[in-house]
Amino acid sequence: MTDVFRAEGLGKTYPGVRANDDIGFSVGRGEIHALLGENGAGKSTLVKMIYGLVRPDEGRMVLNGQPHAPADPRAARAAGVAMVFQHFSLFDALTVAENVALGMENPPPRADLSRRISEVSTAYGLPLNPARRIASLSAGERQRVEIIRCLLQDPRLLIMDEPTSVLTPQEAEILFATLRQLAAQGTAILYISHKLDEIRSHCDRATILRHGKVVGTVDPRAHSARELAAMMVGAEMRIIDRSGRVPGAEILQVQDLSSSGEMALKDVALTLRAGEILGIGGVAGNGQEELLAALSGEDPTAPGTVIMDGTDLSAMGPEARRRLGLLSAPEDRLGHAAVPEFSLSENTLLTAGARQNLVRHGLVDHSAARRFAEAVINAFDVRTPGPGTAAGALSGGNLQKFVIGREVLGKPRVLVVNQPTWGVDAGAAAAIRQALLDLAGNEAGVIVISQDLDELLELSDRFCALNQGRLSAPRPTEGLTIEEIGLMLGGGHGMEVGHVPA
Amino acid sequence: MFRLEPRASAPLGWQIATPILAVLATMFVGGLLFAAMGFDPVAAIRTIFWDPLFGPAAGYSRPQLLVKAGPLILIACGLALGFRAGIWNIGAEGQYIIGAICGAAVALAAYPAEAFWIFPAMILAGALGGWAWGMIPALLRNWFGASEILVSLMLVYVAQKIAAWMAFGPMKNPEGFNFPGSRNLQQYPAAANPELIANSGLHWGGIAAIVALAATWFIMSRHVLGFQVRTAGAAPRAARFAGVRPERLVALCLGVSGALAGLAGLFEVAGPAGQITESFGSGYGFTAIIVAFLGRLHPLGILLAGLLMALTYIGGELAQMMLNLPAATVQVFQGMLLFFLLGFDLLTRYRIRRRT
Amino acid sequence: MISVFILLLGAATPILFAALGELVAERAGVLNLGVEGMMVGGALAGFAAAHATGSPALGFAVAALAGAALSMLFAMMTQYLLSNQVATGLALTLFGLGLTAMFGKPYEGVKAPAMMAGPLGLNWMIWLGLAMVPVVWWFLVRTRPGLILRAVGENHDAAHGLGYPVRAMRIAALAFGGAMAGMGGAYISIATVLQWTEGMTAGAGWIALAIVVFAQWNPWGVLAGAWLFGGVTVLQLRLQAAGVAVPVQFLAMAPYLATILVLVLISARQKFGRSGGGAAPGSLGRPFHALR
Repeated sequence: MTDVFRAEGLGKTYPGVRANDDIGFSVGRGEIHALLGENGAGKSTLVKMIYGLVRPDEGRMVLNGQPHAPADPRAARAAGVAMVFQHFSLFDALTVAENVALGMENPPPRADLSRRISEVSTAYGLPLNPARRIASLSAGERQRVEIIRCLLQDPRLLIMDEPTSVLTPQEAEILFATLRQLAAQGTAILYISHKLDEIRSHCDRATILRHGKVVGTVDPRAHSARELAAMMVGAEMRIIDRSGRVPGAEILQVQDLSSSGEMALKDVALTLRAGEILGIGGVAGNGQEELLAALSGEDPTAPGTVIMDGTDLSAMGPEARRRLGLLSAPEDRLGHAAVPEFSLSENTLLTAGARQNLVRHGLVDHSAARRFAEAVINAFDVRTPGPGTAAGALSGGNLQKFVIGREVLGKPRVLVVNQPTWGVDAGAAAAIRQALLDLAGNEAGVIVISQDLDELLELSDRFCALNQGRLSAPRPTEGLTIEEIGLMLGGGHGMEVGHVPA
Repeated sequence: MFRLEPRASAPLGWQIATPILAVLATMFVGGLLFAAMGFDPVAAIRTIFWDPLFGPAAGYSRPQLLVKAGPLILIACGLALGFRAGIWNIGAEGQYIIGAICGAAVALAAYPAEAFWIFPAMILAGALGGWAWGMIPALLRNWFGASEILVSLMLVYVAQKIAAWMAFGPMKNPEGFNFPGSRNLQQYPAAANPELIANSGLHWGGIAAIVALAATWFIMSRHVLGFQVRTAGAAPRAARFAGVRPERLVALCLGVSGALAGLAGLFEVAGPAGQITESFGSGYGFTAIIVAFLGRLHPLGILLAGLLMALTYIGGELAQMMLNLPAATVQVFQGMLLFFLLGFDLLTRYRIRRRT
Repeated sequence: MISVFILLLGAATPILFAALGELVAERAGVLNLGVEGMMVGGALAGFAAAHATGSPALGFAVAALAGAALSMLFAMMTQYLLSNQVATGLALTLFGLGLTAMFGKPYEGVKAPAMMAGPLGLNWMIWLGLAMVPVVWWFLVRTRPGLILRAVGENHDAAHGLGYPVRAMRIAALAFGGAMAGMGGAYISIATVLQWTEGMTAGAGWIALAIVVFAQWNPWGVLAGAWLFGGVTVLQLRLQAAGVAVPVQFLAMAPYLATILVLVLISARQKFGRSGGGAAPGSLGRPFHALR
């Protein structure tokens, strides 16, 4: 196997962080090579160096036998590197063709380009209409645009950054078929992920990163998921304790819940019992944020749609619902669940003002807020100098622990969380999941909205899926297979048929 | 080369230091400008910043400090509230004019009656007029999503035309020999806003400014409303999550800042200005924007910035008389000051490091 | 009738220039509220140059340079020092008004040289303004730099990720916006009022900003908006001249009230989702800071 790409002794230091240290690995012609590591292990710094977004402090890279030191992404593209980003680098207001043209150095004239997009996309089983605006495409279709954009440049090395995190299992299968087709034609593929199962079934080799260093390069098929996880984390994962839960009486009923807007909820109905965790799966952008907003009170809904303990909450705002015990934690930590510029102590006032008695007669008790922030920090092992630290200065995992802890200490009757462990390191994720289980153990009802199926299977008693604003009927989690879940998630909306509107 | 590293929070030291740096830089560049125009830069800077307080004519100019600073501070307090919340009322000048017209209308309607209620009724009318003028952009934003920046600004021009119409039409002094302009309220005791302590420059507007400063401080640091305002400005989604209703905040901020600007206009028309004229608006509404920023949207800062801006007004007039400097010098200074402040602000938000 | 239309075109021209320039800046993602300051700067610089040389053409060239120079002040502040765009735009307007009041004194009461006449009784600047509409449209929609400019305004992080020079594009767009605003301002002093007076732009820059919103960031919409504004202006002047029994001040309010009305109508259309046109560029007004 000839090497298409090779890295030797790559290093990069940010203030206070050694992001990459003596990284060496190689990707061969026609190989699908996995880059495996936790969040913060240095994967994204590494690919940014390959793609010319970050310059390495030391070490060297070789691409096709030539030294590879791109000054910017355009130089990297010219050298034959293409990249599909985790968070799409697409322009919503522009058309598919315009987006593709932006990803090319010398795009052909408009008509030719549109024709080639249609040709290439059909050839790889990813049909696309070049004239459509990105804003009207689904997540899966958007990813196709990114991939087509890369393919039109005939890349020698294709980098895919967590490509399946936004796809349903069926959509992911189509993606892998495309990747295998590309590899068969000789393209080297660097595949970044932390999903062990897909790496084990689709990748030829895997390089594992931990704390910015290469732990090893292995054949993923020769190792169990547990062994790979141990290499990735450096220790055995903590075992989650889900004992001691006895679902009690129904406390929350949601019926005929609809909303307006871009991704409207359509006749959502669910019930929640005390001591129960209800898992809601689905690809982000299918109404998750809207559902949380409807339950938290940010977007009040029609009368009779949200009822807790016999009280109709539908018309109430977030504060009134909190007083009654319905608490929530949105997905976006910076700017939604917390204000980055504010101290942790001030951030408690966002949601705990009434329940913790931090605000009385309109007056803020700053010392009480500080004490409560300290209580959250201690109870949830938030690593920070103190309650005076700005929320934005905390790492993702620590801030998420703070946000969840703030609500859990509020002794909710019902807690709704969206993507509780997104972008959080494994240790913090385990702590957050345990806190949610403990909360259910104390007879609260918990709704966990998440894209992470493993997490939902681990936590929830019942499982349902949100797809295009519709919620499927919940099913007991025990005995559910991944295939069944895939079908509940909507079976890849339009992915197999690959419709091209005229 | 240097690179910028965002800070998680703004250090207090830099927050205090940057306005001072901006003032010093303005003096320096202003001096260069004067030198280029053929004036003695040291004399010019001294005339503007020193002589009004300690120069030979200070006895006359010192009271003027409070006269000019009062309306600036009063207006800036309201603006600061909105700016903190990300609500941009830049039409305070219009609210100031309408407040003055409404207040003057009460006085002129009551003329020549002498009654204790006339002045309080004028205050109420002034505040209400400014409030109503500020509520127009607020409601248009809440109902239709129209930009409050552009609407409030357009309304300045409309208010100026209304003032002109008043001066030439309905409010024209019947005993004024057909000159445009209303009766002079200073000569109508029941409606006048006189100097309260001789040679201090303090009138009721100054008292109102002090009350506004205290109220702003209390709301911003102690009351949950201040927390909501700051949250809305820093992270609108977090504010909604916390239960803040954005429409109410828009109405509150534009209404309050309009009312305060209206009050400033009322105290001006009943006091130093005396009458409604075609050019009643004198730019206080715009200068107050600079005062709010220079004072870091903080009451104590606004107090100091208001006094400093008042100083440049008086110093500018002095320099015009003594050195023949152009009248617009003050405006240039104020614009420059805001520029430098916004530029130096970088230091509070970013750490500058040498690129390695 | 034709003479009324010529008047309308003349009244629309300053707004057309300034709004087209601001449109390009906003499509690149920068909200420059300093249009009024750049216009008044152009009005004085252009007038002074035209007066000194006797050539209105040279006057407009100098006005373009002056407007661009002022916009570079804004560019430096917002692109390098990352200052707040709203506040910096306000500062630019206040600064421009002050600076011109200071340096404009010697030109008060001086007459402008004769405007260069063009075909069909319209001067060349009116023609240039009209020509700029398709040029700007063509540039934005049909050329690669135009595509990159729109990409930068739509999503600066993604554009940066693809290796496009966000800051350079924005600075170029601001320079164009400044030059256009400067020429629009100079049209008021050189071709409309024929003299210099302090603060003579009288809110035209702010109206131009509103026209960009009205146009939904489309150059043809800017043309429609500028003509609408020109029509209102001509109408109120006609009514004044005809001695209608309404106080002049009320007629003089008309352009500002019309601007508010237009702003409300278009905002309502966008808010209530009956809009077929474009929305604001995705990154408009947001500061860009690449972490490298």
